[in-house]
Amino acid sequence: MDLQIALLLGQDGVTNGAIYALLALALVLVFAVTRVIFIPQGEFVALGALSLASLQADRLPGTVWLLLAMGALIALIDGSTALRERRYRRLPLILLVNCGAPLLLAATLLAVSSAGLPLPVQVLLALMLVVPLGPMLYRLAYQPVAEASVLVLLIVSVAVHVTLIGLGLFFFGAEGSRTPAFTDVSFEVGDTTLQGQTVLVLVASVLLIVGLYFFFERTLYGKALRATAMNRTGARLMGISANLAGMLSFTLAAAIGAFSGILISPITTIYYDSGFLIGLKGFVGAIIGGLASYPVAAAGAVLVGLLESYSSFWASAFKEVIVFTLIIPVLLWRSLKTQHVEEG
Amino acid sequence: MRVKLSIAMLLAVLGAALGTSAQADINVGVTLSATGPAASLGIPEKNTFALLPVTIAGQKVNYLVLDDASDTTTAVKNTRKLIAEHKVDLVIGSTTSPNSLAMIDVVAEAETPMIAMAASARIIEPMDAKRAWVFKTPQNDAQMATAIVQHMSNNNVKTVAYIGFADAYGEGWWNEFSKIAELRKIQVVANERFNRADTSVTGQVLKILAARPDAVLVGGAGTPAALPQKSLKEKGYKGLLYQTHGVANADFLRVCGKDCEGTYLPAGPVLVAAQLPESNPIKKAALEYVNKYEAVNGRSSVSTFGAHAWDASKLLASAAPEALKKAQPGTPEFRRALRDALEKTTNLTVAHGVFNMSPQDHLGFDQRARVMVKIEGGTWKLVQ
Repeated sequence: MDLQIALLLGQDGVTNGAIYALLALALVLVFAVTRVIFIPQGEFVALGALSLASLQADRLPGTVWLLLAMGALIALIDGSTALRERRYRRLPLILLVNCGAPLLLAATLLAVSSAGLPLPVQVLLALMLVVPLGPMLYRLAYQPVAEASVLVLLIVSVAVHVTLIGLGLFFFGAEGSRTPAFTDVSFEVGDTTLQGQTVLVLVASVLLIVGLYFFFERTLYGKALRATAMNRTGARLMGISANLAGMLSFTLAAAIGAFSGILISPITTIYYDSGFLIGLKGFVGAIIGGLASYPVAAAGAVLVGLLESYSSFWASAFKEVIVFTLIIPVLLWRSLKTQHVEEG
Repeated sequence: MRVKLSIAMLLAVLGAALGTSAQADINVGVTLSATGPAASLGIPEKNTFALLPVTIAGQKVNYLVLDDASDTTTAVKNTRKLIAEHKVDLVIGSTTSPNSLAMIDVVAEAETPMIAMAASARIIEPMDAKRAWVFKTPQNDAQMATAIVQHMSNNNVKTVAYIGFADAYGEGWWNEFSKIAELRKIQVVANERFNRADTSVTGQVLKILAARPDAVLVGGAGTPAALPQKSLKEKGYKGLLYQTHGVANADFLRVCGKDCEGTYLPAGPVLVAAQLPESNPIKKAALEYVNKYEAVNGRSSVSTFGAHAWDASKLLASAAPEALKKAQPGTPEFRRALRDALEKTTNLTVAHGVFNMSPQDHLGFDQRARVMVKIEGGTWKLVQ
C-alpha cells in the first residue's frame, strides 16, 4: 500500500463516514428524546433516494400512496377523538394537515412531469414526500406506546422496519437505482482525482451538523428537545409537550435520513433494503457515543467509515465482520468505564 | 344433532367434490424467491407462471405459487406444505441454489419430481438415489465459466482479477472460474469479495488495479454487480471486463449506463433471441417466450431468469402426456411415471437451449445453451 492508495481509501472512508455520522446523530437524537432505538432510520435513506430516482424516471413514487394512507389513518384517529371530545373546531386543522397537504402534493406530482424539473426542485419534492412519514410514523406507531419500556419500543421499531422494507420492495421493485450526480466537477489533487460529488457529501454533512448545533443551541424548539432529552417529566412540567418533542425528533430523523439517501445515491446504487445496513453502521457509531453524546457518535461513525474502507482493501471478505466486531470492545470499554444505572 | 349431521354431510359432499376435481387435474407446486435478496430473479419467474397454458394434453394444470422470501427454511417449509397439503405432482423451485439444495431431501422422501430454477451444478451432481428425483433448467456455472475463459484466451488475456459477492453465488463462481482458468494457463492475480448492499468498493478496486490484470471478472448478480465495474472505470481501468449471466436484465443496463459499454458476459440465448441466426432452432422457442412475456409486462422487460421457469413448464408439457398414459394425476404412480418421462426428454428445444436428459445428466444442455454477449450502445449484442 503506497501513500496514494492510503489517501484514496481515506477519502472514501471519510465520505461514507460522513453519511454514517449523520445517521448516528439522528439515532442519538431520537433515542435521547423518545427512548426509541430507531431501527427504521436506514429505511428513510432508501426511501429518499428511491423516491428521487422515481421522480427522475418520471414515475410516480410509491411513497405518495404511503403518505396518503398514513395521513388518512391519522385523520381518522385524531378526528374521531376530537368528535368524541366535542372539540369540533379542531377538525378542519386535522383534515388539512393530514389529508389536504398530502393530497395537494399527490395532485401536483400527477399534474406535472417531474422528469423535466430542475434537480433542486426534484430533491425538494422527494424530501416533501419522505420527511412527513417520520412524524406520521411516530403518531401511528410510537405515540400510543410512548410510555412503554425501551424493549417494547425496540420491538415496535423492528416491526416498523420490516413493514417499511416490504413496502419498499412493493413500491420500487427489487432492483436498485442511481441518480445522476449533482455536479460533474472533479479536482486534480496530486496525481489522483477528487470527485465533486464526494466533496459535496462532506460539505453538506458538515453544514447539516453545524445547522443542527445551532438548532439545539439557539432555537426554542431545539432547547425544548434538549430539555425533554435531559428530563422528560421536568420538561413536561415546564409545558413542553412530549408528543410534540417526539414528532419533532422524528421529523428531524426522517429529514436527515432522506437527505443522506439523496446525497449518496449518485455515488452508489441504492436498493429498497440498502438502508438497513447503512443505518446499522450509523448505529455502531451511535453506540460508540453511548447513544448520548453527539460529538463522540459522529467521530465513532467516521471511524466506522475509515475502518470499513481500509478493511475492504486488506480483507474484503471479512469487511463486515471487522466493522461490526468493533462494537464488542467498545461495549466492554463502556461497561467498565460507566456506572450502570437501572432504568426506573 | 341434526345440525351436526347436516354439517357432516355437507363436508362429505364438499370433500368428494374437491377430491374428484383434484384427481382430474395436474397440480404443480412452485416455490420461488419473489421477495428478499433474490427478488430480482424471483419476480420475473413469478410473472412467467401467470403466462403458462392452463391445460396440458387436455388435462387441467393448476400452478400453486408460494414465495419463500429467498430463505432456505421457508423454501423447505413451502415444499412440505405443497406435497402434504396440496398433493402436488411436481415441485418447481426454488430460485436460489441454497434453497433448491435444501429441498432435495424433502422431494426425494415424498417421491415427487422437482425441477430447480437455480444454477449450481451440485443440485443434480453427483447423481444418487435422492437426486434421481431432481432436475434443473438453468445452465451450470461451469458451462458459463468455460465460455468466459475461452473468450479470455482468445483475446490474449494472461492475467485476470476476480471480484465477487461474499455469498454462495460469488464463492461458486470463484471455485469454477479459478479451476478452469488454471487449466487454461490464465493467472488469477487478485481475488476480492464485496457485499450486495455495499455502498463502496474502492478498497477492493484499488487492490485489483495494483495487480494490473489484463481482465477483470465480476461475479455478481443483478444491479449490485454494476458497482465494482463503475468504480473500476472511475479509477481509470482500461482492460477487458467480464460479468456473469446473473446480470442479464434490463435494470443492470439502466444502473450501469455507459460504464458498462464493451463488457462481455455469457448468457442463455434467450437474452439475444432476436439476433440469433434463423438456422438456430432455439430462436423460435426463445422468441415465443420473449413475445409472450413482453406482451403482458411491457417492452424489453424480459430477463433470462423468467425463461428458466418457462423452460421448466416446457419440460412438464413434454413429459406429462407420457405419464398420463400410465397413471392418474395425484397418485404415486403418476409421479414416478412423470419422473421417468422427464428423464427421457430428448431434443426438446426451449428458450435457453436444447434438453437431452439422461439418467446421469438431469440438465441436458450442451454448448448451444450459451452465447457470449457484449454490451454495446446500451443493449445486448450477440458475439459471433
